[in-house]
This record gives sequence, C-alpha cells and structure tokens, in this order.
Amino acid sequence: MHRTGALFGQFKTLEQQKDTATLGMWIFLVTEVMFFGGIMLAYTINRHTYFHAFAMGSNTLSLLLGGGNTVVLLFSSFTMAMAVWSAQTSRKGLITLFLSLTILLGFVFFGVKYVEYAQKFHHHLVPGKNFDISYCVNNPSKCEDIDAADMAKEREELEVAAKADPDLNAHAQLYYSAYFGMTGLHALHMVIGAGLLFWLLRESVAGRFNAEWNNPVDIVGLYWHFVDIVWIYLFPLLYLIDRHK
Amino acid sequence: MQSPLPTFPEQASNFAGDVDTLFSFILMTTLFFAVLVTVLIIFAAFKFRRRSEMEVGDDVHGNNVLEVGWTLIPTIIAIGIFAWGAAIYVNYRIAPKDTLDIYVIGKQWMWKLQQPNGRKEINELHVPLNRNVKLIMGSEDVIHDFYVPAFRVKMDVVPGRYNTMWFRPIKTGKYHFFCSQYCGTNHAVMGGWVTVMDPAEYAAWLSGESGDVNPVSAGERLFTQLACNTCHIANGTGRAPSLNGVFGANVLLADGSTVVANEAYIRESILQPKAKIVAGYLPVMPTFQGLVTEEQILNLTAYIKSLQTQPVPAKGGGIAPATAGKK
Amino acid sequence: MPEKHYLNATYGIRSWLLTTDHKRIALLYLASVTFFFFVGGFFAMMIRLHLLTPNGYLLTPDLYNRMFTMHGVTMVFFFLIPSIPAILGNFLIPIMIGAKDLAFPKINLLSWYIYVVGGLFTLWSMVNGGLDTGWTFYTPLSTVYSNSAVAPAVVGVFITGFSSILTGLNFLVTVHTMRAPGMTWFRLPLFVWAHYATSIVMILGTPVIAITLALAAMERLFGLGFFNPAMGGDPILFQHLFWFYSHPAVYIMILPAMGVISELIPTFARKRLFGYHFVAAASLAIAVIGFLVWTHHMFLTGQSTYAAVAFSFLTFIVAIPSAIKTFNWTATLFGGSISFDTPMLYAFGFLGLFMIGGLTGLFLGALGVDINIHDTYFVVAHFHYIMVGGAVMGYLGGLHFWWPKITGRMYPEWLARIAAFILFIGFNFTFFPQFILGIMGMPRRYHMYPPEFQIYNVMSTAGASILAIGYLLPMVYLTWAAFYGKVAGDNPWPATGLEWKTQSPPLTENFDVTPVVTWEAYDFHNRPDLQLDVPSGKGSPVVAPAHGDD
Repeated sequence: MHRTGALFGQFKTLEQQKDTATLGMWIFLVTEVMFFGGIMLAYTINRHTYFHAFAMGSNTLSLLLGGGNTVVLLFSSFTMAMAVWSAQTSRKGLITLFLSLTILLGFVFFGVKYVEYAQKFHHHLVPGKNFDISYCVNNPSKCEDIDAADMAKEREELEVAAKADPDLNAHAQLYYSAYFGMTGLHALHMVIGAGLLFWLLRESVAGRFNAEWNNPVDIVGLYWHFVDIVWIYLFPLLYLIDRHK
Repeated sequence: MQSPLPTFPEQASNFAGDVDTLFSFILMTTLFFAVLVTVLIIFAAFKFRRRSEMEVGDDVHGNNVLEVGWTLIPTIIAIGIFAWGAAIYVNYRIAPKDTLDIYVIGKQWMWKLQQPNGRKEINELHVPLNRNVKLIMGSEDVIHDFYVPAFRVKMDVVPGRYNTMWFRPIKTGKYHFFCSQYCGTNHAVMGGWVTVMDPAEYAAWLSGESGDVNPVSAGERLFTQLACNTCHIANGTGRAPSLNGVFGANVLLADGSTVVANEAYIRESILQPKAKIVAGYLPVMPTFQGLVTEEQILNLTAYIKSLQTQPVPAKGGGIAPATAGKK
Repeated sequence: MPEKHYLNATYGIRSWLLTTDHKRIALLYLASVTFFFFVGGFFAMMIRLHLLTPNGYLLTPDLYNRMFTMHGVTMVFFFLIPSIPAILGNFLIPIMIGAKDLAFPKINLLSWYIYVVGGLFTLWSMVNGGLDTGWTFYTPLSTVYSNSAVAPAVVGVFITGFSSILTGLNFLVTVHTMRAPGMTWFRLPLFVWAHYATSIVMILGTPVIAITLALAAMERLFGLGFFNPAMGGDPILFQHLFWFYSHPAVYIMILPAMGVISELIPTFARKRLFGYHFVAAASLAIAVIGFLVWTHHMFLTGQSTYAAVAFSFLTFIVAIPSAIKTFNWTATLFGGSISFDTPMLYAFGFLGLFMIGGLTGLFLGALGVDINIHDTYFVVAHFHYIMVGGAVMGYLGGLHFWWPKITGRMYPEWLARIAAFILFIGFNFTFFPQFILGIMGMPRRYHMYPPEFQIYNVMSTAGASILAIGYLLPMVYLTWAAFYGKVAGDNPWPATGLEWKTQSPPLTENFDVTPVVTWEAYDFHNRPDLQLDVPSGKGSPVVAPAHGDD
C-alpha cells in the first residue's frame, strides 16, 4: 500500500499525480450529476402532474428540521473549506479540528434525518402497503407530535387536496417515493463522505498533509461540497412546495 | 393491390402505397451507396494489393474537398428522406374528422373491440371498405401494440392513456393483425384477423349475425374465438380448470362447498365468473357479459357438454374428489 | 520470446487477482467477458432452435421469453459494452500513449471485480426464476406483472454499470494527463480517440440507467408507482429514462470497434488513415449527437408528433459522422499496399456489414417507414448487423491483430482466415433473412409465428449454426496459439503505433525508458525503424529489407 503523499508508480511527478486525481474527482462528480438528475426528472414530471398531492406531502415535512439541516450542511461545507485551507497552509492541528467538526456536523445531519424518517414511519407515510396520507388526520391520537393548530391546518389541506385529486393517496405516495428516494440517496452519499472524512482524519493526525501535499483533502472537499449542493436543491424541491400559503 | 416489392404483404390501406414507395426509395438510395462503396473497396483491394513484402502505400493526408462533398451530399439526401417520412407520419398521426370510431382494449392476452353500435368482437375487427376508420385504444394491464402489416399501420397500446390510429381500407379481404409490443407469456398468440367488407355487407354484419346449425361445432368455434382455450387447457396445465368431464360432475369450490356443474352453473361461470371460484384457482376469469348472446351461451354449453366423454386430467380437472365436502 | 514480460513477472493466483497491471486486468476481463459471450450464445442457440418450427415445440412460451430476454441482457451488458474497452482498451491505451499504466490502476481492478459481482448476481437470477421482460424491462410488465426474478437481475445490471463508469473515468483522465512527451492530441492513434469518445458516453449515460434500474427495482419491491399507471405513474417515463442511456449505449458498443478498424486499415494498407482529423471529430460527434436521438425507439408510443419529428431529424444527423468514417476508411485503401491478413479480413467484413446495418437504420429513422417495421424482425436484423457484423467483427479483428503483442505469439494465419470466412457467411445467412421477415410483418419476441414465416426462420437457424462454428474456432486456436504459436517478435506486421515499439509481450511497466514522440500516427514514410521500402525523394531514407530471425 502506498503512503499518502508518496508518488505512485504510473506517475512521473507529484504534480501529475495531483492533476490526475483532481480531474478524476471532477469527472466522477459529473457522473453523480447525471445520477441524481434522473430521479430529479422523475420528481419534476410527477410534481407537475400531481401538484396537489405533492404540495400536501411537502407540507407534512418539518421546515424547522429541514431548514436546520440545511444550515448544518452549509456550515459543514465551511468547516471543510477551512480544513482545505489549513492543509494548504500546513496548519496540522487545524486540519484535524476542522475535519472533526465537519464529521460532527455530518452526524448531526444524520441524527435529524433519523428523527424525520422515524416520524414518517409512525405517521404511515412510508410508501408501501401501509401508506396513508390521511392517517394522522384520521387518528390524531396516534400522531401526538403534531399540535392542534397544525393538525387543523393539515385537515383543511387534506380536504381541499382530496377534492382536487380523487386519487390523492396514490399520488401522495409518489411524492414520498421521491422524498425517500432522493433523501435516501443523498444520505447514502453522505455516509460515504463521512467514511472518506474519517480516513482523512486519520491521515491528518499522522501528519501527512501540508502545503506540498494536500490533494486528498482538496478532492474529498470537492465531493463534500457536491453532496452539500445536492441538498441545497433537495431542500426547496421537497420542503418548500406551496409554502407561501 | 400487390406490392411491387417482393415479400411485402398486400397493400390494403391508404397508407400502404405511400409507405412502400418511401421504402423503395430508401432501398434504392441505400443500395446505390452500398454498391458504390463495396465496388470501390473491392476495386481498391485488387488494384492496390501488396506486390512486395516491404512495400508501403502513398503518403496521403486527406482531401478537404472530398470531406465536404461526402458530408454534404449524404446530409442532403438524409434530410430529404427524413422530410418524406415525417410527412407520412404526420398524416398518420392526425386523423381526419369523419372517421368511423372503433374502441379497442388490449389485455393479456386478447383483444376486445367494440364497433360504433356497441357490437363487440374478440380478436377480430370488421371494417368497411373505403371508410376512414379510427381505432381508439387502451390497455387493461401492460403495453401492447396493434399492428396490421397489410395496412402498414401500428400503434402502441399503453395503460393509463388512450392512443389513436387511423387508416382507410382500400381492398376487401382478411388480413392478419398482431400484438407488436412484448407483453408477456402469450404475446405471440395475441393476434387475430381484420376483415374488410363492402359497405353494404358491413352494415348487414353490424346489425345481425349468421347462425351455424350445429351448436356443438358453433360452440367449439366460439370457445377458440373467445380465447377460452388459452386458460381452460384440456390437459389441466392452464390457469383455469380443464373442462373435460366437468359437465354433470361435482365441482369443489374455493370456499369448501361443492356444486353440480349443470347448464345454470356454466352460464353463471361465463357471465359472473367471480361468483363461484373452483378450489385451487385464482379469480382471474374475465366476464363475458355483453360479449356473448344467449344463443352463444347455449352453443358454448353444448360444446362443454360434449367434453364429458373426454379424459379428465389427473391434475387440474377442477372436479371434486370422491370424499369432497369435508374439510 | 523476451525473458521477462508482464505474464511471467510474478506468479501465483494472488498476483493475478490482486494485480494492478492494466495488461493483466485486460486478461481477467478477457476470461470473464468470453464466459458471458458463451452464456449469451447459449441463449441464442435456444432461440434459433426453438424457432425452427412455427408452433415452437422446443420450449414453453415462458421459457422462450426467458431465452430472448437473457440473451439480450447478457450480450448487451456483459459482452458488448465491456468487450473492446475493457480488454483491448485496458491493454493498449497506456502503451499507445507512452504511459506505464492507466491513471488509476486500483480503480481499474475494482472495475473488474464490480463487473464480476454484477455478472454473478445477474447469472444467479437467471437460474433462480429467470428473466422474461425483454432486455428493455418495459413497465408495468417488468415492475408489476412479470413472474420472473426481475429485481435481482436489475440489481445485477445496476452493479455492473459502475464497472463501465469507472472504466470510462479512468480512460478520460488517462488520456488527459498521462500522455508521453510529444504525444499531442493529434498524434494519438484513432483507437485512443475512439475510446475517449466512448468514455464520454460511458460517464454521462451509465448513471442514468443506474438510477432508472434502481427506481424500477424499488418499484417492484416496494410498489412505489412512478411507472405504474394504476398508481398515477407513467410507463412512458420509464422508456424515456431507459433509452436516454440505452441509445448512447449502442455507441459505447460501436465506437471502440470503429477505433479498431481505424488501426487495422492503415496498418494493412500501409498508408495513413485518410482524413485523420475528420475521423477523430466524427467520433466525438457520434458521442455527442448520440445523446439526442433516444426517442426514436418510441415513435409509436403515442407521444407528441412534434417530438417524433425532431428526433427523427436528429437520428438522420447522427448517421452522417458514421458515413464520413466509412468514406475515409475506403479512401485510405486507394494508393495503399494492401495485404489480406486475418485482421484485415475482419476489417473488410466490418466495412460491408456495418454499412448494411447502418443504412438499414435509415429505414427505421424514417418515421413513415418505422410505422410499419418498428418492433418487427427488421429491427432485430438491423441491430445485429451493427452489433455482430460491426462490433464483434471489430473485436475479433482487434484480438487477432494484437494477439502477438498480448501473448508474444502468432495465431495460425490460414485457419484464422477460414474462420473469418465461415463467420462472415454464417452471419449473413443468420441475419439477412430476418430483414425479409420484418418486411413480411413478423413481430419480434414471438415464440410462435404464422407458418408463412417458417422458411426464413429455418434459413436463419441454419446460418446460426455456421456462425457458431465461426466463433468456436477462434476461441480454440487463439487459446492454442497463446501457448504454442510461432514467436511473433516486437512488430510482426509491421505497424506504427507505440505499442509495437515495445517487446511482445510487453514488460510490466511497458517501457523501460519513457518514449518521446516526434512522429504522426500511421506515418509509414517517416519510420525508418519499420524497415519498409519507402520510395526515395520523399525525404526519408530507403532501407534495404532485412529479415531477422524470429
């Protein structure tokens, strides 16, 4: 196994190695754009066709949790960028600090996601046999985490939406399929990102990164920023449909 | 009329001639270029064959004039073919206003068609000569496709939407139609016949029907025509019970009770198939309410009666065992 | 034979399974791809045998439907897409550009493992329930109605897609950053240009089929509804997503073969490729325009007429760069010094058969004619002419051409020529009758057919048995030649690429000294090291022929 910072055999210079790895990461990110693009297309087409169901679904998401997670991720991109800067300026202790903060923020994101997913599960909003968009409205005692005012609003929305769309439940399931598909895929990418960050943390503690060699921090940073950007798209697409009401 | 091209089906619709003419044009054009290039290759292979072991070829980089030429000329021809094809297609996709509308439903694995006066057909389509006919098509399950080679027309039948296609038959006769989008097990047998009739004959056909004297053979024909035989396979391997020996026998039902398979049972099974499900089978039989007349039910019953004497398969006979009734 | 080379540098199964040498990885791919070729060929044999009679007594309908589906899935995803790039591309690209290896050797090995895992997954599903949806997986048949092992098969293909993505990524980066000094873009062999274009398609297209298959699998397993009209979904959405990749995928299959032809013709005509820049540009044009034509698979789904017209127009445009290449290959022959070694025979075969396949695409792209021949055997014949008559011929031609470099030994020339002829004849007998069947109106994917179609089906099956022999022969004699063939020497042809300046087989690190390139590709007139009779007065020395002992 090669030590980080060593010159791999197929390269002539560290410069070539660095350029190659960076180009590789950029091309990989292009493939990720195409990957997420497919499911975003499916989402867009269905949102256009079943607007009421999608709006209904969107309004059952918590703006606080989703918005909070957005801030968390944005901040984690900041700490990641600081880690890259620290590496470029050979500040060994700071690299470790900022990488740790980024990982921590990532775990905060996972924690919030877990809370959201668990809530969906309890409210019968996971696509499949038990899916029922009107479960909470019909069983308020089972959905105690929704307060009375919100419950009343949800009931009203449900009535209006059901009138506009007789197949509301089936179409709302499409929304939640998109929700779980897109956020699930995103979360999977974050897990991979967290793994990469742990590896970087280990290498940074061992002192491998400095002004001469910091390429791995740089390109993991690229990946992390990309995952953040995906969330920046997902948040308004999923959480902010028809919210001006 | 017979297509001028060999092996083509007859030209039996207004589109056939146009489609065949464009096909011929493309064929002649592509044949011309293919032969030209092939002759050039063979010529070069002979003229410039290696004559000594260490010989090399000439030092030629290319020729920009040739490049432009053999880019532009094919492009112009290609655009010409495209435009011609598009014209036929646009005409095909936009039906005229004065069409005779026929509704078509495709399902695994049969076609149900309904004429304007409500008369229904299964796997058969009767149309009048020289009338614009529009088919309005839907699917009950997966994607199918209605294809009439002699008319040169085809259109997918997609669940969740209606697709339409139109044509004008120009020659009387019987023409094959096929399902032309893979749809599962019996995709290959999901076809039938389009019959083009003189307008007067068509009108007569539309309002009445001819009878067949022998009810058993009439029933047997119906049994195939209505696709009963695709599920009620005689050797018991189908998704519905074999009808060999069933008439008059005790039938074990899914709820544990038994019933005698008499004329009433047969009639109920055809019109309300979900009323009594035979044990061990799924309630998948479609109803034939509205698709068969009482006379046809009688013919079918006569045919099924005639199967009493056929060997009952060991498995899939649908008949109650000797000690039935006890769970 | 040289004393040390990549095959004997290290021994033992671990040195192969954990190799990062691009040449060994190419051979790992050769073994697994050849395995899947025969699996797909077995399914093809079952199809053709079954279709000898109109009533199809050999197989039940469900079994037949599994045969053609699994034939398609195996051949497309596990043979055609990887074949030339993963075997010849992996082996040759670093050497052709003067590098020691690809940019990411470990990712290269990973791509092979991913391919094998995906392949085994799919193979497992084929014997545990089979797959009967057609390789196109149209919904809702595949997601709701089929009783076969759709989910695991789809997951297997999904996994293998990542192998493709990683290969494409590796090639793109390698060509950008690993070229030897003096190897400018326009001195690159056209084989490299072709793989560069292919890699663009791989990285942009494959992720889309990945997400599509992932959605289809989830739909099937969890009943989601995107593609199911009963739940508000749209089966046509699936088709758009599917074909957005699967059309460019056919360019993944043909561009590398075209790259091989662009190497063979100059070599065996001993003449520069006519119009090098145009051929390079045409490869890129095919890759890009290839992304803009996918809806031509959907002309009859009831979509917008305007959309159909637009896509038909683009379909005709994408044909033009292929025509340009064909004319340039032909022009290369004029004024050449042509020999008829086996690789050149395959090149000639490619020219004829690819031309027929490509021209028949014009019939299908013409909307008015497509109404009649869509989903008939005309389509089946069209794509087999390109895939088999084109891509497989290119693959075999390339295998023969570079076999001496890969193994250090020559294949038996006369036997190989005979095999090439058998293949050519068998191929035409198999697939030409299918054009006629299509015109007569025989739909695809039929386990039974009206009796008037029988004569052409019998002809096709007869041809297939000859074709099978044409494939078995090279498998046998190439394997034999690898061990017992005549020692080839560095450059038996001789050819002009950098790979022919290395020993046969090459060293693990390809070059002991990094080459510095000062010559153009296919420049027979400025290569005194090839010892050819270059006419004097053209600025290059005349060299007397001197044959060394091999």
